[in-house]
Amino acid sequence: MTGLVDRVGRVRELGIVVALAALFGVTGVVNPAFLSPASIRDILLNSAIIATLAVGQTLVVVTRNVDLSVSSVVGISAFGGALILADHPGVPIPVVVAGCVLLGAACGAVNGLLVGVAKVPALVATLGTLYAFRGVDYAWAGGRQVNAADMPEGFLRLGSADVLGVPLPALVALTVVLAVGWVLRNLPQGRELYAIGSSPDAAVLAGIAVKRRVVSAFVVSGALAGLAGVIWAARFGTVDATVATGKELDVIAAVVVGGVAIFGGSGTVYGAALGALLLSGITSALAVLRVDALAQTAVNGALILAAIMLDRLLALRMARALRKRRYRDAR
Amino acid sequence: MRVDRWETLVVALLAAVTVAASLGVDGFANGSNVGFLLLDVTEIALMALTMTLVIVAAEIDLSVASTLGLCCAVLGRLWTAGLPIETIMPICLVVGALAGALNGLLVTRLGLPSLAVTIGTFALYRGLAYVILGDQAVADLPPAYTSLATQSVGPIPLMTLLVAALAVAAGILLHATGLGRAITALGANEEAAYFAGIRVKRIKFWLFVASGAMAGLASLVFTFRYASARADNGVGLELAVVAAVLLGGVSIFGGRGTLPGVVAAVLLLAVVRNALILADVANEVLNFVTGLLLVASVLAPNLKVRLERKPVQ
Amino acid sequence: MLALREVSKSFGAVRALRGVSLDLTPGEAHALAGENGAGKSTLVKILSGVHRPDEGTLLLDGEPVEFHGPADAQAAGVAVIYQEPTLFPDLSVTENIFMGRQPRRSLGRVDRRAMRARALDLFARLGVPLDPDRPARGLSIADQQLVEIAKALSRDARVLVMDEPTAALSGPEVERLFGVARSLRDQGCAVLFVSHRLDEMFALCRRVTTLRDGALVATDVLADLTPDDLVRRMVGRDLAALFPKQDTAPGEVALKVDRLTREGVFTDVSFEVRSGEIVALAGLVGAGRSEVARAVFGVDRRDAGSVHVGGRPLRPGSPTAAMAAGLALVPEDRRQQGLVMDLSIERNIGLTGLKWGLLSRAAERARATDWAIRLQVKYANLTDAVTVLSGGNQQKVVLAKWLARRPRVLIVDEPTRGIDVGTKAEVHRLLSELAAEGLAVLMISSELPEVLGMADRVLVMHEGRLVADVPRAEATEERIVAAATGRPA
Repeated sequence: MTGLVDRVGRVRELGIVVALAALFGVTGVVNPAFLSPASIRDILLNSAIIATLAVGQTLVVVTRNVDLSVSSVVGISAFGGALILADHPGVPIPVVVAGCVLLGAACGAVNGLLVGVAKVPALVATLGTLYAFRGVDYAWAGGRQVNAADMPEGFLRLGSADVLGVPLPALVALTVVLAVGWVLRNLPQGRELYAIGSSPDAAVLAGIAVKRRVVSAFVVSGALAGLAGVIWAARFGTVDATVATGKELDVIAAVVVGGVAIFGGSGTVYGAALGALLLSGITSALAVLRVDALAQTAVNGALILAAIMLDRLLALRMARALRKRRYRDAR
Repeated sequence: MRVDRWETLVVALLAAVTVAASLGVDGFANGSNVGFLLLDVTEIALMALTMTLVIVAAEIDLSVASTLGLCCAVLGRLWTAGLPIETIMPICLVVGALAGALNGLLVTRLGLPSLAVTIGTFALYRGLAYVILGDQAVADLPPAYTSLATQSVGPIPLMTLLVAALAVAAGILLHATGLGRAITALGANEEAAYFAGIRVKRIKFWLFVASGAMAGLASLVFTFRYASARADNGVGLELAVVAAVLLGGVSIFGGRGTLPGVVAAVLLLAVVRNALILADVANEVLNFVTGLLLVASVLAPNLKVRLERKPVQ
Repeated sequence: MLALREVSKSFGAVRALRGVSLDLTPGEAHALAGENGAGKSTLVKILSGVHRPDEGTLLLDGEPVEFHGPADAQAAGVAVIYQEPTLFPDLSVTENIFMGRQPRRSLGRVDRRAMRARALDLFARLGVPLDPDRPARGLSIADQQLVEIAKALSRDARVLVMDEPTAALSGPEVERLFGVARSLRDQGCAVLFVSHRLDEMFALCRRVTTLRDGALVATDVLADLTPDDLVRRMVGRDLAALFPKQDTAPGEVALKVDRLTREGVFTDVSFEVRSGEIVALAGLVGAGRSEVARAVFGVDRRDAGSVHVGGRPLRPGSPTAAMAAGLALVPEDRRQQGLVMDLSIERNIGLTGLKWGLLSRAAERARATDWAIRLQVKYANLTDAVTVLSGGNQQKVVLAKWLARRPRVLIVDEPTRGIDVGTKAEVHRLLSELAAEGLAVLMISSELPEVLGMADRVLVMHEGRLVADVPRAEATEERIVAAATGRPA
């Protein structure tokens, strides 16, 4: 009784799982150290931030939009959080975290209003805010750098502490993936995001509050970028105005590798998160295999191309299958 | 030209900013500064010309800066291997064209979205550049060419004349030839253009090739101008190029845009950057200004339409 | 039940509706007639909450209401079947039907099981075995319409608005749709039926409201009107005979199609069209007629067979080659395939005459002017975007674009679909004149009167095969319908 739509999605995600298994299998055989708990922990830590961002990006991409500004939001949130902690040690850490998430959400709201209400194409609007938010970040920082020594120990531990053997940032990412995945699959609001991306005009006629949904997708993406910023600050400890520069394309790469259609309407956050995991897994594997670290960018590029070609192939396959089964009873 | 067009506004803004900077910023209005300003924007301007054509055709090429890096790496590698520079230069153009051709094939033959394809090749080409040249910098380039790249005719850099000539050519191509009209039409409605006998795929393919070859040309200018061939040359330029094109009033959805608008936008960004640096404002404020202008470029016409839609009472 | 009182709506300087009143009552099917641009679509969009009236009021059960968006109209029980299906291609058929009003279970979750069961129920009521789990992408237009109808049914609508729902449906499907509409009507639902097909209005509706240029002409009881009366109300004048094909002596074979096959679409199609001849290609929607035209013109590839134009073989898969050989195709979908909507009238007409080199604006202007005048396109400026033109005038621009190439063979696919009665007659006269001048015309049409009136010869397709070739003298409605539905004549 599962539909064709769901099945194709599952095949796609299974593809990434298989790729991950192959990656770990092959690399593990060549160098067993790759499968050691420390190494796995490292990979999880590395993918956590991108995975968190990829979840937000998925929400936006599914609605046939894109959020290029995430890296700048991470930057401004990381710097803002670090600055408060350094200059006002009295502020409780949870308040700082909440503040960063809110700051991100506010940035997301700016994007959302530009795209959803003022009808600026998302690519243009978020390219604009990519520059604008970074500009604000620079102006705020004024060349200053906050170091780990300036921040409370308790905060830095958030970036590296283990809970039940799993690093906290990875746990946060996992929670985010499961929560957003559940909403997208089960709640009408989630389904409506897919509807909007699949056909914006039809969504209006179906009585969906398109503006509100698009704005909320951007706000959530911004909030998650804010959260990722705090995690960044806690994990790396050294924060200036250049944090996360250029990461937007990594995030989009993870989403695309994860099988989210760049023109909206299909894809899941699970796929996107797996995409993030695969990309950082490859990075680590290349290091372990002593392949020149410089080749890693090229491998990522080839992987993105492979992923979109696979998607195209699956789409053609599905079209062919559909032609044969117009009706329920036809085989 | 109608006054209500965004392009006109960009030209006006350019004039206003230039006048304001000449009056208010010390050291702006002198020959060497203007020359520096123009020279500094050469690569962005070059790549913006072909990017305009690509975006008008409703596609996008985010791999241009990586293609530039790849060509720089090839140049550096071949130069250290002892090839004469006159052989290397055409090779760089060909490498750029081939990089563009791969984009074009993936988009036109496999029907993949160019946004996704060129994000992929953005990483791929930059990665190849690192593989080819590693993190070394090749600096012992022939002085004849490095000085040529920075030479001036009067206050105008030689490279600016090159940009100007290519801009005129691209402008004529887009606005006054059948090919340009076909590019506009297929950008606005690919299916209708195909039904009208326009060879949609072929044209798109060659636009990507042109975009790649132009990145190859820009790589030569970049390398000689800085007298340094590195794999990370031009990192991040793609967004600057796209920003300039969109600021120039080209619709991201294709089918609409003018070359003079894009040229004005490139100059506007260059003047603003230069003036801010001279005025000792942090260079980074430019980011903010670029972002605002970019958003305004779409927001302003949208708001205008919205005001006009108000019912006639 | 739902009524409009003195409603006006303007878009910029265009007054789309001027003081229109309309009453929809329970248990009655009401027709809305008018030429294109008369304001029918605007009226539908006001009822469905897409537009809000500038003046006048909407009354629901006698109380003034305001719809702030489609959601409000839906909440008030208004369901609309739009002319162009508005589905979500990536989502399953079931999700398409219930989007925006899914059944829920605990925690606000969508109840997929219940949703699917209800979808199956609806399809059973409609008598179509559509797969509820398949995505909407790839559904034929007729199947898409059926999903739209299921959507409207699922709403338990009190008011059902149908905006030209039959344009893409074949005979049996129209009958089924009317059956559903009648049963809804008999259950006390108010039905508003918008169509260009007069016979359908007479078959389904009790009263008709006619609009012209955004204003109300009259509301009549249909039983008191003849079709001619209705046309006069729509057009405001008498029309000459609707289908004025002149007799011509056919000349040389201009187009020869031999055993053309595209797998799974059509098989072994052979026919000839002579210059001076109008050959109609009839059949049900989905019989493969447009697909044959597309393959002949080279938009789609063909798997076997050959095409000759003027005795010379035509290279497959290239519209450019087809054009060079003297073929022209006025496609089925005017807005998507026929025109570049953002471009101006003159640039659209110029599109088929592009050379690689420098353009001459004067030549382009002259070409556009000539043909716009010859076809009596009503426009303000040639530099206006084609979007501002009415459907009929847009179709004339498409024709102008192709005729400017002086083709030898003209293929027209549904040349008068969705255009008003007056322009329709003009298009027919034009095709007739062109044939008299020696053009070979292949006309795909789903309207039998058009086929019977215009064609020298009627080819009929059924399930991808050519099943009949009937000369004008022997062409009757019965014979063509029989062939099209696969029954022995």
